[in-house]
Amino acid sequence: MIINHPLLGPRDSAEFVYMGDASLIDRPDPDTAAPEDWHAYAYLRENVAGDMQELWFHEGGDRSWLVVTRNTLTHEISSVALARDVARAKGRSK
Amino acid sequence: MSPRILLIPKGNVSVHDLKPITALGGTTAQVDVVAGVTLRENPGLALASVAARIGHEDACSAHLADLLEGAAPAAGKCRLHDPEAAFWMGPHQWMVGAPFETHEDLAAQLKARFGNTASITEQTDAWACFDLRGDRMEAVMELCCNVNIRAMQTGDATRTSIHHLGCFVLRRDPANWVRILGPRASAGSLHHALLTAMKSAL
Amino acid sequence: MTQKNRLTGGQIDRSSTLKFMFDGKTYQGHPGDTLASALLANNVRLMGRSFKYHRPRGPLSAGSEEPNAIVELRGGARKEPNTRATTAELYDGLIAHSQNRWPSLAFDAMAINDRFSNFLTAGFYYKTFMWPAAFWEKLYEPIIRKAAGLGALSRRADPDAYDKGFRHCDLLIIGAGPAGLMAALTAGRAGKDVILADEDFAMGGRLNAETFALDNAPALDWVTGCVAELSSLPNVRLMPRTTVIGAFDHGIYGAVERISDHVHTPDADKPRQIMWRIYTQQTLLCAGATERPIAFDNNDRPGVMLASALRTYANRFAATPAQRIAVFTNNDDGHRTAQDLQAKGVSVAAVIDTRTDAPLSDSFEVIRGGQVVDTKGRLGLTFVEVKLPDGTPRTIECGALGVSGGWNPNVHLTCHQRGRPTWNDTLAAFVPGGTLPPGMVVAGAANGIFSTHGAMASGAQTAAQMLDVTAVQTPQAEDAPVSQTPFWYVEGCSRAWLDQQNDVTVKDVKLSHQEGFRSVEHLKRYTTLGMATDQGKTSNMGGLAIMAELAGKSIPEVGTTIFRPPYTPTAIGVLAGRMRGKDFHPTRLTPSHVWAKERGAVFVEVGNWLRAQWFPLPGETHWRTSVDREVRQTRASVGVCDCTTLGKIDVQGTDAADFLNKVYCNGFAKLAVGKTRYGLMLREDGIAMDDGTAARLADDHFVVTTTTANAAKVYQHMEFVRQCLFPDMDVQLISTTEAWAQYAVAGPNSRRLLQKVVDAEHDITNDAFPFMGCANITICGGLRARLFRISFSGELAFEIAVPARYGDALMRRLMAEGEEFGVVPYGTEALGVMRIEKGHAAGNELNGTTTALNLGMGRMVSKAKDSIGAKLSEREGLNTPDALMQVGIKPLDPSQKITAGGHLMKADGPVDAAHDQGYVTSAAYSPTLETMIGLAFLKEGGTRTGERMRLVSPLTNLTVEVEIVSAHFVDPEGERVRA
Repeated sequence: MIINHPLLGPRDSAEFVYMGDASLIDRPDPDTAAPEDWHAYAYLRENVAGDMQELWFHEGGDRSWLVVTRNTLTHEISSVALARDVARAKGRSK
Repeated sequence: MSPRILLIPKGNVSVHDLKPITALGGTTAQVDVVAGVTLRENPGLALASVAARIGHEDACSAHLADLLEGAAPAAGKCRLHDPEAAFWMGPHQWMVGAPFETHEDLAAQLKARFGNTASITEQTDAWACFDLRGDRMEAVMELCCNVNIRAMQTGDATRTSIHHLGCFVLRRDPANWVRILGPRASAGSLHHALLTAMKSAL
Repeated sequence: MTQKNRLTGGQIDRSSTLKFMFDGKTYQGHPGDTLASALLANNVRLMGRSFKYHRPRGPLSAGSEEPNAIVELRGGARKEPNTRATTAELYDGLIAHSQNRWPSLAFDAMAINDRFSNFLTAGFYYKTFMWPAAFWEKLYEPIIRKAAGLGALSRRADPDAYDKGFRHCDLLIIGAGPAGLMAALTAGRAGKDVILADEDFAMGGRLNAETFALDNAPALDWVTGCVAELSSLPNVRLMPRTTVIGAFDHGIYGAVERISDHVHTPDADKPRQIMWRIYTQQTLLCAGATERPIAFDNNDRPGVMLASALRTYANRFAATPAQRIAVFTNNDDGHRTAQDLQAKGVSVAAVIDTRTDAPLSDSFEVIRGGQVVDTKGRLGLTFVEVKLPDGTPRTIECGALGVSGGWNPNVHLTCHQRGRPTWNDTLAAFVPGGTLPPGMVVAGAANGIFSTHGAMASGAQTAAQMLDVTAVQTPQAEDAPVSQTPFWYVEGCSRAWLDQQNDVTVKDVKLSHQEGFRSVEHLKRYTTLGMATDQGKTSNMGGLAIMAELAGKSIPEVGTTIFRPPYTPTAIGVLAGRMRGKDFHPTRLTPSHVWAKERGAVFVEVGNWLRAQWFPLPGETHWRTSVDREVRQTRASVGVCDCTTLGKIDVQGTDAADFLNKVYCNGFAKLAVGKTRYGLMLREDGIAMDDGTAARLADDHFVVTTTTANAAKVYQHMEFVRQCLFPDMDVQLISTTEAWAQYAVAGPNSRRLLQKVVDAEHDITNDAFPFMGCANITICGGLRARLFRISFSGELAFEIAVPARYGDALMRRLMAEGEEFGVVPYGTEALGVMRIEKGHAAGNELNGTTTALNLGMGRMVSKAKDSIGAKLSEREGLNTPDALMQVGIKPLDPSQKITAGGHLMKADGPVDAAHDQGYVTSAAYSPTLETMIGLAFLKEGGTRTGERMRLVSPLTNLTVEVEIVSAHFVDPEGERVRA
């Protein structure tokens, strides 16, 4: 597969390490989250047949974490973003 | 406490009496020639990484531009310049290189220049450096890594994998020359992979 | 007589003669021959025995679709079974053997299977060998494999080398026939970066095998000119002998280039084959078409071939299987074979055409409306039985029969991403359809455009459209309209072969239908039709057609199976490339490696690292002697160990301390500059991930260590935390593992030794540089270095780091300066012994199931701050009163052995899983305590000190009485480390 890195252009997926569901970005707020939220965060994942947002680490490249939207049925990749930008857009900061 | 925690800037002349060895373990750099293509171990490079601190990205780039007498390299690029040169490593992060002989304390020099605009880390001995040079260099690179070597121009820089080792490849001037930086501890494996590819391709 | 069936002309180099051997007999051929063409030229038609019935077989085709002429090439370790004689390029000294026969090809004892063919029909194995189940693996399967097996492996290591490589292009053209060459000219002249790959050693495809004229000149002249022009273009790369074996995601193609298969032995340093990974923007598939046979009884006899193959052998290779041939066809193309062979002086007995309106010829007999119904000949064809339109039989003498049932486009690569071909009624064939691999377009015969002119124009125009450039002019060429009327098999036949490689007949397909198999996928698996190494290139269509007829459906209604990579059989070696033996992965060497080797160290692989395990002295014959000495001497005086392999991560930034607060469960915000602290890293689920130390070199600068094994993983995790969870933290990370040579200097004399190398201005006395101190210093007269006062051994100890290039010299210096203290180097074994003696957790304890609580560090998980894993480590299930706690164990009888992996049971009571109390994670002989000792996780371990228990290991048949003790066997008060 080819992942179109937002900064480096098309790169072979062999350069990346896969971590799965990008919902891992949505770490619960330790001040307010209920135990159920932590359980869901640590253990529950959707088994998507279609477009899925995934985290890929460019270990063989610039060490960026990327959020890759990939169709799990066709491997078509429709968008790629720097995870840091995605996290910021979700309101994550320090 | 911390009374004696000092990085002593002591100029460029080392007075200590420890003899260095090269990444390949020799006292002199190794050179291999196959069919007109030369693979030369290059121990003469001092390296330090420069990563901009958050909120100081512009200032850091400005320092870098000042140092390199030209803009900080963009993604996928390097700035070939003397004595300091640099290539892009990641977002707001660069590797600066300079001749080891005159810049062994490169990290300290850069820290002094960049102040709190950047995090500077000595990288000199994190890497083994090989210069691969010759008119059929591209045929060798094709067997080593998935870099589109035919499209790569002088001044391009990329990270790639050679024999499972994360390496930087910089295309230099003249264009029949690439510089390969690979993890120092695996210098022997990297050298073996490059030399094997040379014998195979040439 | 040599080369009795060699004809005139052809593309072989008669100026040179090649000797080769087949089944022990010597023959001669010429450069340009394949093994099959050379054997045919030498009047050898019989080349193998079939898989199941051991029927005599000769080549069906002249290309990679070959199901029959499967041989073993070469000998010794280079022996390669199951190679196609039709694609094996002849070289001087080639040695080949037929397969599937014993004792000889002409007399094969297993041919008795053929007599029992009624029992060996489809599903035979499923039905017969079902019971008893245990017999399958041990008895039935080996016997069947031996009887039915393909060739045998040499069972020796492959002496050849293989490479992997990477190429990029704008346009990959697969197939250098008329369409592919025209496409390459179009793209090449337009300056595009083009790769043209063809599996054959000669580019030109069918143009090499036909006698057509292009622009009123021989087609071959045009091919030669075209290839010469393409070769001269720097933007065009020609890759003959290269099979594109698979179309993978996003424009990545796998291609195997055969570098040395056409020479006797590969040149030293040269690979036998290269596996290219080709990255392309667009792909033009010009894979051509494969002729399809017609099924009739005993159509597998040597000499029965595809009509186009007869033509290829005659025109290109100047060879014929026999001097008298016949043709059985349902289309005009079959007549060309008769014309071409007759022109070469071969006698044409007749052309039997199923069509009643077939064209007649002045030069040979055409039997209109005739059908071949059977063949004769023991080890090769001698007669064919023909049924005339009025039903009367006629016997025709011939040594070869060319069969043509029309052509199928080679759609294989279009299917590799589940594209499903669609039916074309005019051609009565499947053409590329469904979802093609993105970026792929098909031209020429592969797209159902069968005329030479059509294929050439299609290649040029399609390439022009894809690249938005101008198409090159198509030469004048044959342009007969092609329409194919299906004729799959002769009515009434039964032992008529469809899949000759897997021995599947028309009868088998009928049987599978009778037994209720309705889906094409089931038909395929039940009969094994198309499941041989040729993937049914010549057989699938026939099977589908018969199935459709039996089901009363049309072929498109029945549908087709699709193809997977690889297009042709691929050697495992080329998939491995250079990654074999010690080159399977890179090796990492520590800065003291050269020195350690000189010292005669024994090395151990730790991940990719080679680490010194121990340093035997002359006279030491057992590893324990060396290790015990290293431990004793370190504890008595001083020892040095290379610990460079620990991961080192530079953490800088104004938020560096806050960042470490997140990734470690314990606190770092208040750590003073110049101090080091142990840190435990948890996964978010509360399980321990890794541990290490963080040294604060400045307010905004830490150096963090990781365990050797987890360095890459921890770095990745820290980047995840930085980029994905806390994107605005001002923190920057970079690995410095290899930049610094780092040595542990341990033992009561360690300070004295270090004082001899550390520059005088740096005071490292206990007051100035206490336990857990860290500093940037200089040594040996000015070399920058880092000093950490940390201890894994439990002794007064330091770790000293210098730039890696000086590591060798520093180790030598420490050894020289330490001579007065009797300094010893110690390896990973002594390191392990000392850490167990001290009760320090390592990888065995941080095993992916243990929490901070289990490790005895429950209170380290700070509740005053948020950190990864803190919340979930509070879970009830991880904090039960009987939670496992780390303890020490030692045998009551010091002479007894204990082993890691054993389980702890109460002193009395049953020994079973229900009564399990815990398990041993690490064990070692302690030279300090002169007994075996171990670390274990024990339920309620914190309160059971002094309890006697049984350590049991049913696997090793071990039961030892042990006592539960503190895990800190040596210096539990920690006085030594603070000395």
